[in-house]
Amino acid sequence: MGPLPELLAIDGVTVVVVAWLGLGLAGLAALHDTRVVGRVLFPLSALASLALAGFALMGLPGAPQVAVLAIGLPDLPFHLRLDALSAFFLALLGLASAGISVFAGGYFRQGEGTPPGLLCLHYHLFLAGMAMVMLADDAYAFMVTWEVMALASFFLVTTNHRIAEIRRAGFLYLLVAHVGAIAILLCFGVLQAGTGDYTFANMRAQSLSPFWASCAFGLALLGFGAKAGILPLHVWLPEAHPAAPSPVSALMSGVMLKTAVYGLVRVSFDLLGTPAWWWGVVALVVGLATAFFGVVFAAAQVDMKRLLAYSSIENVGLIVVGLGLAMVFAAYRMDALAALALAASLYHCLNHALFKSLLFLGTGCVLHATQERSLGRLGGLLRFMPWVGWTALAGVMAAAGLPPSNGFVSEWLLLQGFLFTGGLPNPYLRMLVPVFAAGVVLVAALAAYVMVKFYGVIFLGRPREEKLAHAHDAGGLERLGLAWLTAGCVLLGLFPVAVIEVIDPITFSLVGRGLAQSGHIGDWLLLAPVSAERASYSPLTFLVVTALIVVATIVLVRRFYHGRVRRAAPWDCGFPAQTARMQDTAEGFGQPIRQIFEPFYRMRRELPSPFDAAPRYRVEIEDPAWSAIYLRIAAATEAVSRAVGRLQRGRISIYLLYSFVTLVALLFLTQA
Amino acid sequence: MNLEGALGQLLALAVALLGAPLLSGWVSQCRAWLQNRRAPPLAMPFRTLHKLFWKESVVAHGASPMFRIAPYVVFACMALACMIVPMLSTNLPLAPAADAIALVGLFGVARLFISLAAMDIGTAFGSLGARREMLVGFLAEPAFLMVLFTASLISSSTSLATTVSALAHREFAILPSLAFAGLAFTMVSLAENARVPVDNPATHLELTMIHEALILEYSGRHLALMEWAASLKLFAYSCAGLAIFFPWGIAEARDHAALLWALPALVAKLAVGGFVLALIETILAKMRVFRVPEFLAAAFLLGVLALLVHLLLGA
Amino acid sequence: MSPFTTQVIHLFAAVLLLIAFAMLAQRRIVALINLFALQGLALVGSTATVAWATGQRHLYWSAGITFALKVVLLPWLLHRLIRRLNVKWDVETLINIPTMMLVGIVLVVFAFNLALPISEFSQSIARGALGIALACVLMSFLMMITRSKAVPQVIGFLAMENGLFFAATSATYGMPMVVELGIALDVLVGMIILGVFMFQIREQFDSLDIHHLEKLKED
Repeated sequence: MGPLPELLAIDGVTVVVVAWLGLGLAGLAALHDTRVVGRVLFPLSALASLALAGFALMGLPGAPQVAVLAIGLPDLPFHLRLDALSAFFLALLGLASAGISVFAGGYFRQGEGTPPGLLCLHYHLFLAGMAMVMLADDAYAFMVTWEVMALASFFLVTTNHRIAEIRRAGFLYLLVAHVGAIAILLCFGVLQAGTGDYTFANMRAQSLSPFWASCAFGLALLGFGAKAGILPLHVWLPEAHPAAPSPVSALMSGVMLKTAVYGLVRVSFDLLGTPAWWWGVVALVVGLATAFFGVVFAAAQVDMKRLLAYSSIENVGLIVVGLGLAMVFAAYRMDALAALALAASLYHCLNHALFKSLLFLGTGCVLHATQERSLGRLGGLLRFMPWVGWTALAGVMAAAGLPPSNGFVSEWLLLQGFLFTGGLPNPYLRMLVPVFAAGVVLVAALAAYVMVKFYGVIFLGRPREEKLAHAHDAGGLERLGLAWLTAGCVLLGLFPVAVIEVIDPITFSLVGRGLAQSGHIGDWLLLAPVSAERASYSPLTFLVVTALIVVATIVLVRRFYHGRVRRAAPWDCGFPAQTARMQDTAEGFGQPIRQIFEPFYRMRRELPSPFDAAPRYRVEIEDPAWSAIYLRIAAATEAVSRAVGRLQRGRISIYLLYSFVTLVALLFLTQA
Repeated sequence: MNLEGALGQLLALAVALLGAPLLSGWVSQCRAWLQNRRAPPLAMPFRTLHKLFWKESVVAHGASPMFRIAPYVVFACMALACMIVPMLSTNLPLAPAADAIALVGLFGVARLFISLAAMDIGTAFGSLGARREMLVGFLAEPAFLMVLFTASLISSSTSLATTVSALAHREFAILPSLAFAGLAFTMVSLAENARVPVDNPATHLELTMIHEALILEYSGRHLALMEWAASLKLFAYSCAGLAIFFPWGIAEARDHAALLWALPALVAKLAVGGFVLALIETILAKMRVFRVPEFLAAAFLLGVLALLVHLLLGA
Repeated sequence: MSPFTTQVIHLFAAVLLLIAFAMLAQRRIVALINLFALQGLALVGSTATVAWATGQRHLYWSAGITFALKVVLLPWLLHRLIRRLNVKWDVETLINIPTMMLVGIVLVVFAFNLALPISEFSQSIARGALGIALACVLMSFLMMITRSKAVPQVIGFLAMENGLFFAATSATYGMPMVVELGIALDVLVGMIILGVFMFQIREQFDSLDIHHLEKLKED
């Protein structure tokens, strides 16, 4: 093939972005027409997403492609570049948003606050913004599209803007997003090293002193960390995710957090060149703390979307841990292991995009069917909503990191990376890094606890409210979206070697080594990243053998014995008067975790006394970051503004005096 | 996969399926002797299984398919675990499909399904059991992984077969890291297999039980499968422990003479292991449920220390 | 020097480390004293092993003295003390235990790396053990810092001496006999003085909580 298909990929991506913008504007034309927006525009958008994924995967293995768009300021056009890293994240965007958009077509109805057409515009601006962030090749284009993304998602979060709480969540989100954006802007300022040229190509060419490089890394960690939800900048996440409509939560949690990961990888591995080893340690510590915090708080949540939001914090933490490990290895030029850790991290990005979207969409269906977000009023929905229930099971297994799902593969790769640190030259690191593996394992095991709580309380047991018996299952388009994401989770879990071959060009370009290129990735069936003697895993064999044993057992038991079943009342140790209220509530299920990790929580408990006629048990859990950091900052800000407010006197002559003093001071300074 | 490998694999499965109830029977026999009771016959678990398989299965109203599929999944997971752990020979064609981490994942899958099934009926005891099972699991799982990681670091492989043959081949040496790991492993397997001091397999006192609460609603063939799976789990744990800490007698690849000796060696090691388990169960008392996290946290810490001691002393 | 001896000494070192961690986590005083006795026993074992391996007679003596003093006499004194003071159920630690464990792990790694150059220089049989001895000293120190009652602090002090003793035997085959006897006597006398001191504290404040000592400072 000639040069033509090489050009196609980046052009194709640009065309998809334009198509999204067009769909958004079309939504504006059909402002109040739910049918057109839902049945036509969103499915078309899903097709565009698929095309995007296709173009990105096509462009991934090839050489980087560049383009210059004529929009932007005079003499400051948008530079675009599609290399392996951006192609991978674009593919992630395409694959996840295809499912989410189809689902959204069936999900959005009249009366969500914002008219459906306007929602459609915001949604597509958001998609286009994310795609352009990944394509941007200069700081200007990056910041503009980053802001488009942030603003569009702000409007999406505040779709139900008539509710005060949601407006508050949206404001918090906007605030943190802009604090982050400032840090990113400063980071780019450091990266261009005084040359005044803000293209990424120039930044790549600069070699910064260790001090400035570390400054840039710190700013990037702060800025992108604010978007990704890294401790302690995570506070917006558990507020914004429950506030947004479910497809938007899915998109934000599944994809938008990954744009931040993309930015972090771009800056620390690509623009800054080789990372310093202690950046890796910082990332490891921060990532592990974030992951641990996220999962411990997820265990205590009673709102299903908040629970998932905290679980997203946990997953971002794990991704950052992987990046940190890759940085440590890359700094010591242990390229094969750096490639392993980086691949694990990127793999987890993809997995999290799919399973978290799936789970958020599932909660959306539950929310529409029952009008309930609180776990304490749900239960038994697997019977009434089998589609949602069984697809959510796939997501739950992935989120719990259990084989043969996709979540397990990335955790497996990450742990492999931790286990082969014997060659690190720094003795402290050689001994401490495997201890981090213990932390990662603990987080993974807690995630399983959280997911059993999530699934068991929503979908299993008996309905805790009467009305749940009338819950309706997902509609056609919604089912299609759920099925797409489920298929993605399953396939990514079963064919890890194919996925790693896709990731390979990225690790090759960033740390100089691919996993498959070293020749021992294993064949399509067997994943063996280092060598088959050291470690191997074959999810397909795993699944097939398990399924074979299940089928054989069923057949043999029926053949030799019988298959009779009798229905009766539950046994429950012969306890006669059982009600659905006697099941574990979400609080009850999380209680052991609350007790074990008590020092981490800020809890307010109301315990009923034995003589209460109507006993009530209430526990409120507050994020410790609020009182430890945010409220103090708020208090300090208020104090400063009060001090500054004294300047305001209300008399014109005093204001003139200020101007006069300033003028004189400036004149004096210029003279000196 | 060659024919010999496939036969070896099937042999391992057969040994596990038949040996697991016998091991459970042996442990309860030892327990009875130690407690001055008359012991049930060794094949008692088989009779119980046979009886349960003949009985009809009573399923609660409103049970979802999750409830009925779970016993089969749990049973399959445990059977697969027995096929991965090298007990007679390290020449297992299935072994590359799942290494030590995947083995822990496999137990995790079984735990997920058994807990979800317990929550499915919506009884108070079911969800109590599920909660406690996950409580045990979230600490036992990392502790078990730390044990396996220590063995993996010593043999620089997470593949169980490679680890076991590497451990069997090194010259005799006292490794403090393995001693710690062994202690941690003992604690974890007591907890994971619902044994005293964490849980009592013979209890029917509702408020103290963990494993029994999980399978409270099961009857007939479903209960039989769950019980069989539980004994398979004990068998898999015992074999894994014996293979890592006492790896002698396990046949290497294509060593037919050794394979003949492997079975008696395994039986002898399991008999001793079962007696030790019965002894532990007899001399210890069951602890309060809220002491369990401390017990398991100690196991986790021991595992981490084992890892650390290995890294520090290189032994 | 056979590798077997080195392994046995490493095993004792690992046991010492384990006991140090257990002491850090233990909340009950009675168990703490038993752990201290156990630590002394491990010390006796390692000293005897070194003596056997190197054929140095005086190490047998010091093993014997260690046994008499740290496994029998001091635990007995401590048990008597807590019976007299009636403080069996001490549960207070200033920092929660998981955090202490984490700090402990970091301390171990730190101590080991600190001892690395020295143990490379040393020609002794169990070079890795020096790091662990140092770690035991630091962890006993940590235990003294984080306990709020007087008795556990005394045990921490004694455990610290255990770590030092282990460092001496493993790195340099023990100190001269005179020094060792002197130290043993010091420990004993120190213990008795501290015991008297504790009775005084209790008489003064009706409690063994050393928070009360804060009142003694000048305002």
